[in-house]
Amino acid sequence: MKPEELHYAKTHEWVHVAEDGPGGKTATVGISAFAVEALTDLVFIELPEVGRDVKAGESFGEIESVKAVSDIYSPISGKVIEVNDKLPDNLDLLSEDAYGEGWVAKLQISDESGLADLLDYAAYQKLCAEEEH
Amino acid sequence: MPVQYRSIIDEHTATRSAVGMFDVSHMGRLRFSGADAADFLDYMVTRRVADLRPGQIRYGLVTNDQAGILDDVLVYRLADADGAEYQMVVNASNREKILDWLNQHAGDYDVRIDDATLETAMIAVQGPQAISLVQPLVDCELAGMKYYRCGSANLAGHQALVSRTGYTGEDGCELIVPSEDAEAVWEVVLGAGHSVGAQPAGLGCRDTLRLEAAMPLYGHELSEVINPVQAGLAFAYNLEDRNFIGRDAIARFEKDASLPRRIGLSLSGKRVPREGCPIEIDGRRVGEVTSGTFSPTLSRPIAMGYVEPDHAAEGTKLAIDIRGRREPAEVVSLPFYKRPH
Repeated sequence: MKPEELHYAKTHEWVHVAEDGPGGKTATVGISAFAVEALTDLVFIELPEVGRDVKAGESFGEIESVKAVSDIYSPISGKVIEVNDKLPDNLDLLSEDAYGEGWVAKLQISDESGLADLLDYAAYQKLCAEEEH
Repeated sequence: MPVQYRSIIDEHTATRSAVGMFDVSHMGRLRFSGADAADFLDYMVTRRVADLRPGQIRYGLVTNDQAGILDDVLVYRLADADGAEYQMVVNASNREKILDWLNQHAGDYDVRIDDATLETAMIAVQGPQAISLVQPLVDCELAGMKYYRCGSANLAGHQALVSRTGYTGEDGCELIVPSEDAEAVWEVVLGAGHSVGAQPAGLGCRDTLRLEAAMPLYGHELSEVINPVQAGLAFAYNLEDRNFIGRDAIARFEKDASLPRRIGLSLSGKRVPREGCPIEIDGRRVGEVTSGTFSPTLSRPIAMGYVEPDHAAEGTKLAIDIRGRREPAEVVSLPFYKRPH
């Protein structure tokens, strides 16, 4: 996935919406390359629970680095239908391919309205530039 | 000092396998001169320091009347005194508090206290290659200098106080130089260390290194409501034939087995306990984590904390409440890591 085509939460998750999967629209969610680099020294990821209904902005996983733990917030409302089981034993996927092999979860979208609150690539880049200072 | 230059794990590994260089200039450096300097310090510190010979260093604590720990410090008897006879290295966050405390009690003594923190810088060179790296750069013999000894040296044209000390659990030394020479000394040592893999190392790995070595950190394992007995620091005080502030209280606490004890915990899971996480047994809270991290050397989470003495024995199975979920943890002997010889 191209980072330019994704939506971003202020909490550094990205989301890609696929039109018309079986049973409606689905979303793939991951953690931005900026966030992965800022965290560094990743030691553990707690994946979301498959089958769980989450609301946009709700914590549904955690990622731990040597120095701190961070929540992973769902950028969109929906039901978790799949998680990336390869991640826990291959945390390098997050830094090597944050927008591809490093995806975290797929959701069946229940409410698309939250998408409007997300940032586009340009706005997200701006946010990251501000946070670096 | 940054949390990390590149990566905590890389810097940690460099220090354990080669050399890590730490700018620890934030630590406070206080100097003492005057006829009563030795007697004064002996009254202020939990270990005898009046008998230090020039070039010797001793770890000790500064305690209040109730034996609450005000700071943990290193006291140096300077070898080639340029006026000052003693130096005390204190934690950065406690520098002003300790200065006030010392000045409050200095009245009856012929002692002069100078804060040399800003006019000097301090660089810790730590790791199995540290001594062989620094040796060719100084005109004193480092290999023959025992641990907890210091001496003046010329380091590539700069005046330096070199000590065999550190806070990483590795061999190494610390260099105190005039602050205007700090950058040049840093560059000389780092440049010379390039071939052995020396890396600049930040506060993040300073914490993982000291935690693996089970060295207490002020504000975590040590505070004004913790006494040296429960902190397990019996080696850091002597009560015999001397007096110092806090002595009688420490003697009382030595007979009191009721207070929580400092312990080490090892976890089999992957989630990392952090400061403040409750420690439980059968759902009952029996203590609290004071420091926790993922140990890069051991590749698992480790923690230190205080628990009720009944649950402090090695091998005790406890649980740590990490963000609402209980993770199994076992009391293990400290340190978690000891350098191979």
